[in-house]
Amino acid sequence: MANRQATGYTLLFATAICIVCGILVSSFAVSLEELQDENIALDKQKRVLEAVGLLQPGEPIDEAQVAERFAPIEPVLIELASGEAVDGDTATFDQQRRARDPATSTEAPDNLAKVKRIPDQSLLYEVRDDGGELEMVVLPIEGLGLWGTLYGFLALDADTTTVRGITYYQHKETPGLGGEVDNPRWKSLWRGRRAFDDDGEVRLAVIKGFAGSAQEDPHEVDGLAGATITSNGVTNMLDFWLGENGFEPYLNRIRAEAN
Amino acid sequence: MAVKKSEAALDPLFNNNPIALQVLGICSALAVTTKMETSVVMCAAVIAVLTLSNLTISLLRHQIPNSIRIIVQLTVIASLVIVTDQILKAYVFEISKQLSVFVGLIITNCIIMGRAEAFAMQNPPSLAILDGIGNGIGYSAILMVTAFLRELFGSGKLYGYTVMPTVSEGGWYLPNGLMLLSPAAFFIIGGLIWALRVYKPAQVEMDG
Repeated sequence: MANRQATGYTLLFATAICIVCGILVSSFAVSLEELQDENIALDKQKRVLEAVGLLQPGEPIDEAQVAERFAPIEPVLIELASGEAVDGDTATFDQQRRARDPATSTEAPDNLAKVKRIPDQSLLYEVRDDGGELEMVVLPIEGLGLWGTLYGFLALDADTTTVRGITYYQHKETPGLGGEVDNPRWKSLWRGRRAFDDDGEVRLAVIKGFAGSAQEDPHEVDGLAGATITSNGVTNMLDFWLGENGFEPYLNRIRAEAN
Repeated sequence: MAVKKSEAALDPLFNNNPIALQVLGICSALAVTTKMETSVVMCAAVIAVLTLSNLTISLLRHQIPNSIRIIVQLTVIASLVIVTDQILKAYVFEISKQLSVFVGLIITNCIIMGRAEAFAMQNPPSLAILDGIGNGIGYSAILMVTAFLRELFGSGKLYGYTVMPTVSEGGWYLPNGLMLLSPAAFFIIGGLIWALRVYKPAQVEMDG
């Protein structure tokens, strides 16, 4: 056997280990990628269903059922600046990648949600009833919490003001504290709150302590105990995405069409 | 030094428990024990990684150059952990989402490197596998007890099923919020170590 202390042997051994481990890791990553991507896409769809109230949190549901319940929900690609629908492949649309690419995004003005770049297009969902009448819109929202960016959906009624639901599909908040953004009870508090005040200004905030019912405190939601930064993050991202740099042009178009 | 097979597998349960006696791997024990479901998956992941890393290191123990043995162990362990994480993401997506970074942190779990360096480097593969399984189960036992207590008193549930309906859900139980925070795991594990040492006084460290 070669001398185990020799430099040449050490280098050779290190190289061999690196190659073997590298091949092992990359072959697993590549072969499982498809399955993982399916999981991620399915999970996102489930969160959309939760936001619009077609799926109860924690309800076990398989892929076919998700597709079935998704029937009234139509993905719509819009240009953020104008709010107009545009053509494009909704199945492969990746908003996060688009926001990173300078060719398809613009730098965001300084904002509390810490959104750095705004994509030119966004994928949202329109829910229509049997008669084709718009019932709800589901807007993608994202913004910085304590440990990282939270990604989720906000469902608004066709009146563009009444909140129908909120869900998050990706975040890094502390389980039990900021992670309580996933708590079904907390999410249920959002239903019926109003995102805009009578002057049309965005006004929806997660406050410290308890808010009253949706009738008493239409613009406020209970804070998450021990998670002030996450709570503020939620407020800030709503403020940003419902505002002029976010979906305001689109929501204005919906309002105009309703009249 | 000959180690008997039964000893390699059974010793880590009570006599030489990695958490209770060696006080290794505490970091992850704090993080994943708020719920039993996540703990079970975490335990399975740790047992798998520990067994396979012990096996691999043991098979290579005559080939690994002494000067780079720690980094070789780390490379093997890191690869196994990444593979485990990928498998969890592919097959139990919901739970892997809850475990988030902690599966990746198995790499830094001192038990695994500890066993690789202290046991697998000196013993044949068959013993190393048993040692891996034994230590994995020893770790899991403590984790599961901790998770049981934290989930029960922290959220009134066991394995996701409501046992004591909490006030916020309209029940009577006011959850102990401390149980959901990391320090609770310290108190519980501390209590377990104390209980184990009362039962087996030989484990008490001598002063001086």
